[in-house]
This record gives sequence, structure tokens and C-alpha cells, in this order.
Amino acid sequence: MDLDLNQYINLFVEEAKEHLQNMNEALLELEKDKDNVSLINELFRVAHTLKGMSGTMGFVNMANLTHEMENVLEGIRSHEIELSETVIDIIFECFDVLDDSVNQIAENGKESSEEHDALIEKLRTVLRGNNATEVKENNNRVNDIFLNEYVLNIAKEAKIKGLNIFNIKIELSPKCMLKSARAFIIFNTLESIGDIIYSNPSVEDIEDEKFDFNFSLVFISEIHEEKLRDELNSISEIDKIHISVLEDIETAKVGQDLVKEAENLKKDIEELAVSRSKNSTSTRDSRIGKTVRVDIDRLDNLMNLVSELIIIKTRMDDLSDISNKENMIEAIEYLERITTSLHDAVMKVRMVPIERVFNRFPRMVRDLSKELNKEIDLQMYGEDTEVDRTVIDEIGDPLIHIVRNSIDHGIETPENRINQGKPKEGTVILKAYPDGNNVVIEVVDDGKGIDIEGVKRKAIEKEIITDQEAEILSEEEIKTLLFQPGFSTSEEISDVSGRGVGLDVVKSKIESINGSIEIDSETDIGTKFIIRIPLTLAIIQALLVKLKDEIYAIPLSSITEITSVTKDSIRNIQGQDIMLYRGKTIPMVRLHRLMGLEFSNTDDEYLVVVVRKGEKQAALLVDSLIGQQEIVIKPLGKYLSNIKYLSGATILGNGNVSLILDVNSII
Amino acid sequence: MSSDGETKYVIFKLNEEYYGVPIDNVLSIEKVVETTRIPNAPDYINGVINLRGEVIPIVSLKTKLGMEEDSINKNSRVIVLTENEIVVGLVVDSSSEVLEIDKENIDKPPTAEDNQYIEYINGIGKVSGRLIILLNLGKILEH
Repeated sequence: MDLDLNQYINLFVEEAKEHLQNMNEALLELEKDKDNVSLINELFRVAHTLKGMSGTMGFVNMANLTHEMENVLEGIRSHEIELSETVIDIIFECFDVLDDSVNQIAENGKESSEEHDALIEKLRTVLRGNNATEVKENNNRVNDIFLNEYVLNIAKEAKIKGLNIFNIKIELSPKCMLKSARAFIIFNTLESIGDIIYSNPSVEDIEDEKFDFNFSLVFISEIHEEKLRDELNSISEIDKIHISVLEDIETAKVGQDLVKEAENLKKDIEELAVSRSKNSTSTRDSRIGKTVRVDIDRLDNLMNLVSELIIIKTRMDDLSDISNKENMIEAIEYLERITTSLHDAVMKVRMVPIERVFNRFPRMVRDLSKELNKEIDLQMYGEDTEVDRTVIDEIGDPLIHIVRNSIDHGIETPENRINQGKPKEGTVILKAYPDGNNVVIEVVDDGKGIDIEGVKRKAIEKEIITDQEAEILSEEEIKTLLFQPGFSTSEEISDVSGRGVGLDVVKSKIESINGSIEIDSETDIGTKFIIRIPLTLAIIQALLVKLKDEIYAIPLSSITEITSVTKDSIRNIQGQDIMLYRGKTIPMVRLHRLMGLEFSNTDDEYLVVVVRKGEKQAALLVDSLIGQQEIVIKPLGKYLSNIKYLSGATILGNGNVSLILDVNSII
Repeated sequence: MSSDGETKYVIFKLNEEYYGVPIDNVLSIEKVVETTRIPNAPDYINGVINLRGEVIPIVSLKTKLGMEEDSINKNSRVIVLTENEIVVGLVVDSSSEVLEIDKENIDKPPTAEDNQYIEYINGIGKVSGRLIILLNLGKILEH
């Protein structure tokens, strides 16, 4: 195959994800409403589409799996298969495998070599389960590849009626000019004396000349073998005819022929796969880029603004030779308005609904509640709240962790809940809403709340705090201990959460995107996690400071205060400068030294910017402040990725570049 | 890429020698502007500049190749190039031409006794009597 499919992979992944999402939703619905035919239809449609898509792209394993799914769904649709809990679980399992496959494809541009045999076998067992007559395992397996249940059933019926069943293999003469026409004649001839119940390749493919020179048929007729041979012999341009009578459908005779064919086919496919993987190794670097689907209205808006820019440009061209200052100012004001709108419009293009993160939770909660034997009602609000694409990618894992936490540690078992007079079913609420330049995500549960004493005990045990500290710490402060590294309150390590990586990871992840997390809890009422994340990572508020004649930017989100400190109050303890800040000693960082500059401030009082990273604080010593400003973050690029203490750069109003300090690595 | 094994090179000068980089790697040639210093960066990184809204690191090719960096003059240029997803600007003394060099006219770099800079050279191109040092960008952009 010469066609380079790589360029379509992006599209494939994007669409496949959409279809999988539909499948997921339909499945979850179906579990609650098993008789809903339209949901089954929807599932069938998705499986079918996925089969077609993956087939076209040459993702054989995916195509095979979806094909089997389709069979099962068809069975459910025609009420041949009962939609039991097991069947739904198996389909869920299929969904997981498909989801994994698509992710794999997104990452490597090719399918994993895993063949999902076990899962396919499960699907087949489901199919077989409804089949009244026992069919021998081996045989059925072979036939299943080519003869579906429908064909087998007809064959069986025909057998009972005493009709003959033939397996016919026809090889056309290589000189045959119009293969499909010739095949059509053969089909016509046969149909006049019996029924063709199966054809490989399919009749459609044969009509489209999508076959070499041979094809095989399963044919039912009253006539005998000789008569059939005579009929076929009368047709010209046939090289070979091989007719065998199917005495017993259950015997492996037909199977063996088909097995051979199947093996040949498999070999072909493998060869194809090899040649494709060779192809793809050459383009391995072309990883799937991040994409955003954009509403056409937004693009139109962008387009309009750009045309306005062009208009203002020509207007300014005209103005440049006349020195009419007033007109110029007016034009600049107009330009300013356009750039602001343009900025908004571009930001909007980058925005995606938070649904993309939320939509994985219904399934997760379903699985978790089964696993933990807890009954949980998940409610989601504000799924259409929009967040920058880059933020979306970062927020998923922390949220999963928190939701798992709420279900595992928060919600009690149904018995305990009843004992406490709570409804048997626990509630987890996932809510998102915009708040200024931030988006707030809340995870609320009505479980047992945080066990303050338990946290205290654990923290002492883990030597995070001392006994004395435990006495004086407020409840609020104790709750923040949950975010300390290595803290996990679960008595035993469960599969669900509490693998040792705990909320500290969640916190640092959220802080890495300039967000924050708070915890609010009341015993026996529930726990609430409040996450604040910026709308976008591309533009932030920053404080510009001066070190000698260099200008640096410090993200405002990590600044707690700007203050001054007298020279004398700075203490040096074992090489570390320390200063007193609000009753606490915090380290003081001489930025000059960090940035390789000389410190030449002779004043008695120094200016410091107090920054924090989680619970840690530090004072950064600067020469002077320039002011607060909205800055556009520019990456420093791959070449400078190893440089310490910097997280990026920004371009100032005068066109100069200013560097952004990475507070996390400085503290 | 042109046929017949000929590749076009952007030619520039460092001191009195001519150097070349494949034109496919070159994005643009700019005048030298003031850079913003990057603290804690290797000495051959002059800093970063704002190139039409993008922040681009500027590398002193002379320092990287172990030559003394002298003052930048009005002929100095920045060759902005890309290799393996990295975009950088190289400061050179002057740049004025593009030459086609046939594969056959490229000699292997001299195998001089331990010269640490020899790995930066892909080969020596010969064009009408001139010798042009062809740089190995991949190596040059390693730290």
C-alpha cells in the first residue's frame, strides 16, 4: 500500500475519540435503562463506524474487535442475546481496550500489536451462548471469521430440509477482461438454480472488482454436484472450479479450507503491517500534535478582526505623511481596541469545554462504586465552562485523584451510611464555574469528612509534625497537612487510592499551572475540594522587578507580599540568609547571586518580594519594582530548556525580552 | 533538495574563513540586535532576542568553535536556523551568498590529532578554488 495514511491519523484519533465518548455515554445510559433500543442502535452505529475507520487506516486489531462487538450488539438488537450485567461489563471492557488503542495510536502513530484475543473470545462466547445448537468450538471459531451466525443457521436449516450445500471455489482465467461481469454471470447462473448464502470476497467487492481471480461461495441447491459442475463449466473464462459438498456443517472440512485462506490473509495483513511500520518508522517523529476543534463563528470573528487590522493599517499609512497628531491618536486608539478584541478572540479559539475532563468520571465512578461496594450518585455541573486547551491536559490527573479520594476515603459504606441516618447512596458533586480570570472546580462529597484526630496521629507518626505542634495547630492547619509529601491516611493501601503518592502530587501539579487548591471539611457532613486554575497559561499577571539594569518578571500568583527589610535584621545561619516575616523565619534569596550579578545596594533597607510555593515561603531580594503587568508567556525553547531558575520569557512594551523567574525552583 | 547531489549552502565568514550551512536549515538572516542576557547559561549563549514576537536564543558561533569573540560590527549578522525542532540564531561576521556545492566536491573533514572542534565539521566544500567549511549543525546545537 503506497498511500500514506499518516496524514489522516490526526483526524482518525480526533474522530475516534469523539465516537468513543458517545459510546461511553450510551453505555452508561444503557446500564440504567436496559430496554432502550435507541441506545443499542447508537452503540451499534458507533461500533460500526469505528470498524470502518480503523479498517481503512489498517488498524487490524481494532477493526477485528469492533467487528465482534458489532455482532454481539446486533444480537442484542434482535433480542437474540439478553443484555445482562456480564454483557455490559464485556462491552465496557471493549471500550477500555479501544480507548487504549486510540491513545496508543495518538502517541505512536501506529497500533499496538496486541490482538485482544481473550476479549474477542469473550464476545464470541456471548454470541454462542444464545445459539441453541452446540457448535464445536474449533470449527465455530474458524467459521466465525468468515461464516457468521446467520450463514451457519441458514446452512443448518437447509440441511434439515435435505438440500445440498456446496463450497465452491472458482478461479477465473487470468485473461479474463471483465472480471466482475464474468462473476456476475456465474452468480446469475447459480441463483437460477439455488441460493448463494455466502461469498468471499463479498458480493459488493466482487462487483467493484476488488478481488484477484478467485472467489469462494457457499451455495444451497436441490441439484447434485455433477449438475452443478456442468452448469458452471458452460461458462467461459473460468480456469478452475473446485466444488465440495458440505456434508456436515459441523465438520471441519470447510473450516480447513477456510483456515488456509485465513492464514494466507493473515500473512498478507502481516506483510502489510510490516511494510506500514517500515513506512511509519521513517516518519516516527511526526507525533500527533495537539488540536482544538473550533466553532466556525469564532473563526469568522477572528477573520473580521484581522480585516479591521488591515483597514487600520492602510489608514495609518495615509496618516504617516501628514503630521496630524490628533488623527494619529485616534487611529492608535482604534488599533488598541482591535488588538484587545483580537486577543480575546484568539483566547476563545484556544478554549475547550471542561467536559473533556469531566466526561471520564461517570465511568470511573461506576467502576469504583462496584469495586468498593459503595453506592454513589455522581452529579456534574458546569461542564460547558471553558478552559484553555493546555490547562485541560494538566488538570485531568489531579481531578481523578481527588474524586478517587472522595469515594475511597470520603463516602462510607452503605451500611454505615444507613446507621448514621444518611441516604444509602453517597453523593459526589463535580462542579465547574468561571470566576474572573480563574476557573473554579469543586469536588464535593457527603461522606464522613476529614478525621482531624486521625490526620494528627498520622502526621506525628510520619514525623511531619511533633506532639507539641499537634497541640497548637488549628484545624485549618491540620487539613493542610494532607498536602504534605508522603501523607496518606488510609489505614491500608487500597487499589483505589493511597498508593503513597497523595495529595501532595495533586497540589504541586495544580500549582505548576499557577492554580491553587483548598480543602474544606466537616465531620460527618462531607468534604469539599476547591481548585482554582487560571483560564489560560499563555497570559499571566506578573510583577516586573529590576536587578541592576535587568528586568525580570515574577508571576503574581506566587507572590504573597512586597515588603522591606532592614539590613541589620537579616541573619545568616550556616550560609543561609534568614529574615523574620510575620513572626516566622523565612529564607532570603539574594537574586543577584542566583542570576550572576553583582550586588551593590548600599541602602540600609532592602526591598524584598515574599513568594510562596505551597507552604514554603521565601523572600526574594530585588533592587526596585517596576510594576504589575499582564504578560504573554513565551517559551524559551528546547535549546534553553536546561537553564535554571527561569520558566520562560516575555516581550515588553518596548520590544525587549524580559525573563520570567521560576519561583518553584528558586524556593 | 535539488537533484544531482547538489545542495545549496548559505555561506558566511568567521574571521577570514568561509563556512556553510544547508539552506534548508536557514529560516532567515537578521541584523544583530541587542540581546537579553540569560543567567547561568553556557558562555557561548549571548542571550535571547525578540524576533517578530518569538523569543530566539543567540549563540556566538565563534565562542562555540573556540575562537575569540571580537566586537560585533555593522557587517555582523545573525543566521536564524532550525535543526531538530531547535531554533537558534548564530552570530557570524558577515553573510552574503548562497552557493551550490556538489556532493563530489565535498571532502571529509581533516582527521587532525585531537582537535575538539573537528566534530563540528561535516566536510570541506570546494567551489572554484575556495574552501568552505560545512558545519554539523546537530553537533553545534548540542550543549
